[in-house]
Amino acid sequence: MELTKEEENALDGKQGDTLALAYRTLVAIGEASGADRLIPIEWAHLSGVNYNTIGDAGKEFLSHLSQDAKFKVKTTVNPMGFDFDSVSRYNLDDNFIESQRSIKNSYEKMGAIPSYSCIPYEIFDVPKQGTHVSFAESNAAIYANSFSGLKTNKEGAFSALASAITGKSPCSDLRDDDVRKPNLTIRMKIESRDELTYGMLGYFAGKVAGSSVALSGVNDLDRRSCKSLCAGMGTSGACGMFTFGEEEGEKIDFDKNEMQKIHDELNTSESGDLITLGSPQLGLEEIGDLASMLKGRSFQKRCMVFCPSAIKGQIRNLGYANEIERAGGELLFDCCTCLSPLVDNKEVDSVITNSVKGAYYLKTSNNVDVNLKSLKRIVQEETR
Amino acid sequence: MNVKVIVRGNAKGSLLIAKSPINFLGGIDKKTGIVHDKKHDLFGKSVGGKILAFPFGVGSSVGAYTLYSLKYNNCAPLAMICLKADLTTASGCAISNIPLVIASKDDYDLLQENKEITLDAVDGKIL
Repeated sequence: MELTKEEENALDGKQGDTLALAYRTLVAIGEASGADRLIPIEWAHLSGVNYNTIGDAGKEFLSHLSQDAKFKVKTTVNPMGFDFDSVSRYNLDDNFIESQRSIKNSYEKMGAIPSYSCIPYEIFDVPKQGTHVSFAESNAAIYANSFSGLKTNKEGAFSALASAITGKSPCSDLRDDDVRKPNLTIRMKIESRDELTYGMLGYFAGKVAGSSVALSGVNDLDRRSCKSLCAGMGTSGACGMFTFGEEEGEKIDFDKNEMQKIHDELNTSESGDLITLGSPQLGLEEIGDLASMLKGRSFQKRCMVFCPSAIKGQIRNLGYANEIERAGGELLFDCCTCLSPLVDNKEVDSVITNSVKGAYYLKTSNNVDVNLKSLKRIVQEETR
Repeated sequence: MNVKVIVRGNAKGSLLIAKSPINFLGGIDKKTGIVHDKKHDLFGKSVGGKILAFPFGVGSSVGAYTLYSLKYNNCAPLAMICLKADLTTASGCAISNIPLVIASKDDYDLLQENKEITLDAVDGKIL
């Protein structure tokens, strides 16, 4: 990689150990991924926040790093393992709570905005078209590239963290306009569509596509389906963006047969003990939708609803929170279905969700079975 | 021999060579540096104070933090030589300041267990 004089100096430790660590990380990842130089980024979104994902070694690293490091650009963070305001209602051990608190404190000490959200694209103002950002949350990276007009790779926890400290990122893959142009088109052949269909389309695309993919026959995406598509795609592979319409090159159909295969892979139960909604977290619009779908109805099972605390005040003021709680929903902020220790396989055998991403992690990390169905069907079948 | 530098630095020490890829998260005790994955060919050996050669890293990216813990607990390898640069090993060596280089298959096959080598991971040379 070609570095500027200033970058070389920082790498050599002339601006302190923390910047040397951050530049070493960017250069190592850049060399490993074929970058030729570093470029400036305006916003970093970090993963590696939930104690369940980074463990004691991650907690200790962040604690050491935060003694000196300061974020140089706008930095937002992914969800934690639980919601500090309601954690006393759940049976969670003290070690987990204190470890999570340490991680939270480390990120905030370095200057992170305490967003604890996997949908930064929905709760923050989006910079102008073409701006380079560094997003480590996969659904957010795909959304940023495909809908927000931003440019990012599907960053890892370390590259995004090093980008937050330096304001730079290796220039490789999706930062290059040639790589952003898809050479594979997936033709959407399913006629009856909801967010679950789109989640499975995303999961399929992630498995078969390279860095970027074109989707044809898709023109009716609402917010819920958009997020589901991005999250599904981010879960199954390395693909980091999509475009609409047909492109030159190879074409593959996503038909009933392909969809059934994915449904069979992820759906392992015909019912569940607990419902979880929110992977990605539900934003204001989806919470409003949910509140109106629940009018006059009540959940017959526990239902956890995950959202960012940025919308906490609004959903209370607009009456959505009351409606969901009246129907028996538990609103949880700052955390998410994925990798939450609040879903414990000692307490539940199977979980109902409309999220393909949620289903994947519930199965692989929480070791519970999953009943995957659309939100409309969840409301029809699980409320009265 | 010439190698590609991923993380810069210098090291001098004896080689410990693994045949199988390493999963840092599950495979190595971060407090002692001893390989505790029973299925791994380095089982029972310590990676501390050695120049560790292995094909590439596998498993969770959180394994990068394990490398940092090894360094912090003074039982990290002095340097690493891989056949392929995976992002977990690259990030882990970067945050832990452990020199990392990539060798070609032909050169990698010439490495000998226990041999004392000098690794120049600035100019990319093994002597």
